[in-house]
Amino acid sequence: MTRTFRSEQERLLHNINLMSFVIVEMTLYLDTHPTDSEAIDYLQHYVRMKNKAMQEYASKYGPLTIDTADATSGKEWQWALTPMPWEGGCN
Amino acid sequence: MWNYEKRLQFPVNITSPNAKLAQVIISQYGGPDGEMGASMRYLSQRYATPYREVAAILTDIGTEELAHLEMVATIVHQLTKDLSMEEIEESGFANYYVDHTVGIWPQAAGGVPFNANQFQSKGDIITDLHEDMAAEQKARSTYDNILRLIGDQEVCEPIKFLRAREVVHFQRFGEALRIVQDKLDSRNFYAFNPGFDCNECKM
Repeated sequence: MTRTFRSEQERLLHNINLMSFVIVEMTLYLDTHPTDSEAIDYLQHYVRMKNKAMQEYASKYGPLTIDTADATSGKEWQWALTPMPWEGGCN
Repeated sequence: MWNYEKRLQFPVNITSPNAKLAQVIISQYGGPDGEMGASMRYLSQRYATPYREVAAILTDIGTEELAHLEMVATIVHQLTKDLSMEEIEESGFANYYVDHTVGIWPQAAGGVPFNANQFQSKGDIITDLHEDMAAEQKARSTYDNILRLIGDQEVCEPIKFLRAREVVHFQRFGEALRIVQDKLDSRNFYAFNPGFDCNECKM
């Protein structure tokens, strides 16, 4: 399935949403199957990819978490200034 | 402890206001089978289980429900934010509007306020997990009912996502129940409450 994005920001956020979804799914699975080491490796792969993407997003468009708030340059507190998720469009 | 991620779990971008739809979808915010009750139910039940896997699944599903709560609020917000006074009067939204304008307030579709009596925390993990499985099915039915009322694809997509999550959570709670039962005496699962009769559960 191909998807078109209105901007690079939208594409990156979409990828973060996908990686986060894998992480949520694998977390719930591992909670009830905690000895599945293959699943742990799979989860950790996505955690590393997501961490990188979150840093990239924060440096370009403002932080999605407090932990990546330091990746934004300038003297303004971008965490408070970027759009809230319910505003729609590509936040 | 919780941290916030400034994004929705699944995108919501609704461009056409629809107050009639908002009035039914708000039930999944503060109604009897809504996301607020779901989250409070699982996060409250965690303390009555000595089994760590079960506490983990209650924590992580309870946390995901908070993300769903935000998605439902976003849907209602986007469906109501650009309403004209005329649309408010004609759609039957005036009863909500008079008390909340277009702010988000937890109530059922019928106007009944959110109430903790809509969920239980029994202090007995077998009882609680049966409630949780039923709760996921009730929420799934509610989303099915909502989907029959929707024509707008922009509303349909996030509702379909939320519906699918109910099915996954039902499955995980079923596995949690199996984990609990595997640790108990198969001749009598109810011989003792593992969250209360502490000496028994160490046996």
